[in-house]
Amino acid sequence: MAQLLTRPPSHDVSAPPIQVESVSLCYNGVFALRDITFSLPSGQLVAVVGPNGAGKTTLFRVIAGILRPDAGLVHVYGHGPGGHVCIAYVPQRRQVDWSFPVTVKEVVMMGRIRKIGLFRRPDRRDWAFVHHALERVGVDDLGNQQIGELSGGQQQRVFLAQALAQEAEVVLLDEPLTGLDMPSQEAIFATLDELKREDVAIMVATHDLNLAAERFDQVMLLNRRLIAFGIPEDVFTRSSLLEAYGGYVHLLPEGDGVLIADTCCECEEEYL
Amino acid sequence: MSEILNWIAQPFSYAFMIRGLWASLIVGVVCPVLGTYVVLRGMAFMGDALAHIILPGVVLAFLLGWPLATGALLVGVLAALAIGAVSKRSEIKQDAAIGVVFAGAFALGVALISMQRSYAVDLAHILFGDLLGVSDSDLWLMAGLGTLVLLTVFVLYKEFLVISFDPVLATTLRLPVSLLQNILLVLLAVVIVISIQAVGVALVLAMLVTPASTAYLFTRRLPSMMLLSAGIGSLSAALGLYLSFYINVASGPAIVLVETAIFILAFVLAPHRGVLWELIRSRQG
Repeated sequence: MAQLLTRPPSHDVSAPPIQVESVSLCYNGVFALRDITFSLPSGQLVAVVGPNGAGKTTLFRVIAGILRPDAGLVHVYGHGPGGHVCIAYVPQRRQVDWSFPVTVKEVVMMGRIRKIGLFRRPDRRDWAFVHHALERVGVDDLGNQQIGELSGGQQQRVFLAQALAQEAEVVLLDEPLTGLDMPSQEAIFATLDELKREDVAIMVATHDLNLAAERFDQVMLLNRRLIAFGIPEDVFTRSSLLEAYGGYVHLLPEGDGVLIADTCCECEEEYL
Repeated sequence: MSEILNWIAQPFSYAFMIRGLWASLIVGVVCPVLGTYVVLRGMAFMGDALAHIILPGVVLAFLLGWPLATGALLVGVLAALAIGAVSKRSEIKQDAAIGVVFAGAFALGVALISMQRSYAVDLAHILFGDLLGVSDSDLWLMAGLGTLVLLTVFVLYKEFLVISFDPVLATTLRLPVSLLQNILLVLLAVVIVISIQAVGVALVLAMLVTPASTAYLFTRRLPSMMLLSAGIGSLSAALGLYLSFYINVASGPAIVLVETAIFILAFVLAPHRGVLWELIRSRQG
């Protein structure tokens, strides 16, 4: 049993951080993801964009190993599910019991428990990691608060700190920017840029196409199928955007690029 | 002064009372510690069901002349694993599935024991406990199993914490989530077996959830919740035993009533989470 609980992380450093091959997944007979294939290099900040229901969350949950694809393979550093502990997945809103008796520090420490291993307690070095992670996201003064006492934005940053404390080499953030004020957004971007310099592969799901074009190295355009993946200039073409969003996006030609005027999700229901 | 000492010491001039006290203290500590997980994970119905499912195991052991704990342990662990498996993949909702097995097994237990001549007495002991009938060997078994449970909870503390607080994180960390959940269910079965002698099948649930719920009202960290609930559990066990000695009520119900009284006090008076506190706060606007 001890073996089962402490299976050591295995890495093939020469393999790409994330390699997805022909992944498909159905919900009730409808494709949520269809034949997705891509390979992600390390040290890249990747935005995943697409309309609501495009399968962004599903893709993250498949890569994180929470969902099993119906077909296809996901390899993280050359290993299938179960062979690695280096993925951090931060959902849009954690489905946790916010009144659970844990402090912020303890929540962040949870990210390290595989590193610590079975039968062992966190030592001074682990707590230093936790403190440093909280510092990096700017909530180090809240370490001893019960998790439910924090605001939504603070909670989101705590889970980012958890991903940092995990020393993850692949970080998946689902809509981390939604509903955050500018300073919080900037704090998150500063952290992501640091991670990038540490050669961490980062995928961020977002609704904000302009932000995706400006702040990310690469963009993945998704609508159940992978429509385009590459640098923003190559991905945000009129035809790709129309293919992903249909009529919901207004494209204004501007010079040689495309200005995206409206990708709003609030009005989507009216169209449907 | 000496009168008070006498009042305190007098019950323990009887050997069966000393054994009863030890047994109730073991149950009063072990049950609430595991009970914190039962409360936090919302497993109260599961715990109650498991306690009732164990009945046929106890009865069979009784009829075959085995130690009661052996039969209970066997059936309890099997049932815990079966429930774990059924709730994982099944068309039937989990609580309904538990309900079906729970009622069926309980009926089987009662049916088996109703074929005995001493039906009423035996059934009452199994349902509501027989603290004063604890033998030395029972006591050793309870102590051994109790230590095992506490050790497991201690050793797997971080892992149980994560699967209880955030199963999604546990999955991304590649923890063996269902193995850990099954271990927790087996521990629950073991704790119920320990408690049957003290409070009986019908009242085990109170030992699991009442002190832990009380402690929940006062604490913000899991270790302090566990310590406080163990404190409340053992205090209630001792007080309940005195009550049963001096005013002649059955010991199991007496212990549970003390726990319930402490909970009601806490529910009203606890700072921050108590009813009174909220009332004052809402008055102040």
